[in-house]
Amino acid sequence: MLEVKGVSKSFDGFMAVSRANLTVNKGEMVAVIGPNGAGKTTLFNLISGILKPDSGRIIYKGEDITFLSPYEIFRKGICRSFQIVNVFQRLTVFENVQLSVLSREKKTWNLLMPAKKFYVDETERILEQVGLKEKRDTVAGFLSHGEQKILEIAIALGGKPEFVILDEPTAGMSPEETVMCMELIKKLRHEMDLTILFCEHDMDVVFGYADRIMVMVRGETVIEGTCDEVRCDTLVQEAYLGVSDE
Amino acid sequence: MGKKGLIPIAFLLLLLFPFFLPRFYVYLSSLILIHGLLATSLNFVLGFGGMYQFHHCVFYGVGGYTTALLLTKTSLSPFLAFLAAPFASAILSILMGVICVRLSKLYFGMLQISLGSLVWAIVYRWYSFTGGDDGIHGIPIPHLLASTNSAYYFTLVITALSMFAMYRMLVSPFGKTLQGIRDNPVRCEMIGVNVKLHQLLALIIAGFFAGVAGMLFVIVDTTVFPEMLFWTLSLEVLIMCLVGGWFTFFGPLLGAAILIILRTIISTYTVYWALVLGVIMTLIIFFLPNGILGYIEEKLKRG
Repeated sequence: MLEVKGVSKSFDGFMAVSRANLTVNKGEMVAVIGPNGAGKTTLFNLISGILKPDSGRIIYKGEDITFLSPYEIFRKGICRSFQIVNVFQRLTVFENVQLSVLSREKKTWNLLMPAKKFYVDETERILEQVGLKEKRDTVAGFLSHGEQKILEIAIALGGKPEFVILDEPTAGMSPEETVMCMELIKKLRHEMDLTILFCEHDMDVVFGYADRIMVMVRGETVIEGTCDEVRCDTLVQEAYLGVSDE
Repeated sequence: MGKKGLIPIAFLLLLLFPFFLPRFYVYLSSLILIHGLLATSLNFVLGFGGMYQFHHCVFYGVGGYTTALLLTKTSLSPFLAFLAAPFASAILSILMGVICVRLSKLYFGMLQISLGSLVWAIVYRWYSFTGGDDGIHGIPIPHLLASTNSAYYFTLVITALSMFAMYRMLVSPFGKTLQGIRDNPVRCEMIGVNVKLHQLLALIIAGFFAGVAGMLFVIVDTTVFPEMLFWTLSLEVLIMCLVGGWFTFFGPLLGAAILIILRTIISTYTVYWALVLGVIMTLIIFFLPNGILGYIEEKLKRG
């Protein structure tokens, strides 16, 4: 479904991503792991169009999306959430998700009708799916950190995505919240038939939920394979697992 | 619910003003309405759009001058002259907006203030056309609107209609998108919003209503002068938004009322109005960062 072929990106001579390769098949849940500064977020930014690569190609459903702008990529059905909380702080929870739906349906230019009549059912259904229905009219900035991360995912779902990129969905969450969040993602994946690409620091989460794993170190793809393949790889143990498991 | 009921009551009260207020105060009320409309149009892009339009008065001045020039230099119908003002301002908004939206936050503001000052310089220097620093005086206004009271009623009705139009736009999908862009432009782009184009449309709308305010000023005051588009007035309008509450719809109107009333009172005692304004601004920033109406709304919500 998604293919990243030899993609590189440098910032002032620093190679953030260097000849990275990644394949995600339809319906899979793929994790990208690697130490801090390995280039995971940069890779996600390249796929979602925030950054343009220096070289390489990104193919989605057989179509070259390398140089499309973020909103064009969104319209192709690729939606993402962010590592740092990135919601609309002064809008309510409902409006946060509704905005995403409005944008998908290209209704953001409507100046004359009150917005509260648009896509109420769909927005509420998404809120119900992620468990934020109770907080419908709370201003997003007043939610707890964990709730904001969930809202983050809900906004991505508003785009009716087929492919979801989650940049550290559980960052900053307590262990209990982490489990709840990952179970939610698993549930959504089946309910909405999603293909998911995510990155994560918690190895239990990665090996517990991912179908396949791609390991990045210093911007390069070290290995791409199933959980067992990755676990047994000596390079990975040296570069990453050994360090974080000490 | 009770909050919405206040609006028709306030409107009825305003309708009665000319019956019990002396002429000077009716004139002052017109000025408050005009500046309130101007501040609300600025807040459309400032508080709701997150764009630091530091030099908003350019569009007010251009609206005023358009009406004034059409009334004095052509034999067009006066109502055409009134109608032309907002469109002239909107066209200027397109020109400046296209250049400025490429930048964000403070850079947007700095570029906008420079371009706006350029417009001011043209108006200030072009004696043969704009009257230079003298401006244009004694502009002929149609009899129907010539008295203080009729000018006031015209201003009241047009201001109310303009405010209503802006309110509707802010609660529309476009308005919500604009507020989303204010909160988080990057995220907005990620959910498929063409941020710059939405910002440009918002700037055009804001410029349009600033032009309406400029046109109303010509009717009420029968003069135009270059200070209408000098940056100090832009700053004053910005302060109106901040004092009243820039995340509320009626905050800027309240701010305009407070500032103009205070200025009128204080100016009779001292020439240091700017000093008083500075103290007010400092106090507001320290104690009411969301402005007066913002503070009241917060209190009401918490119960």
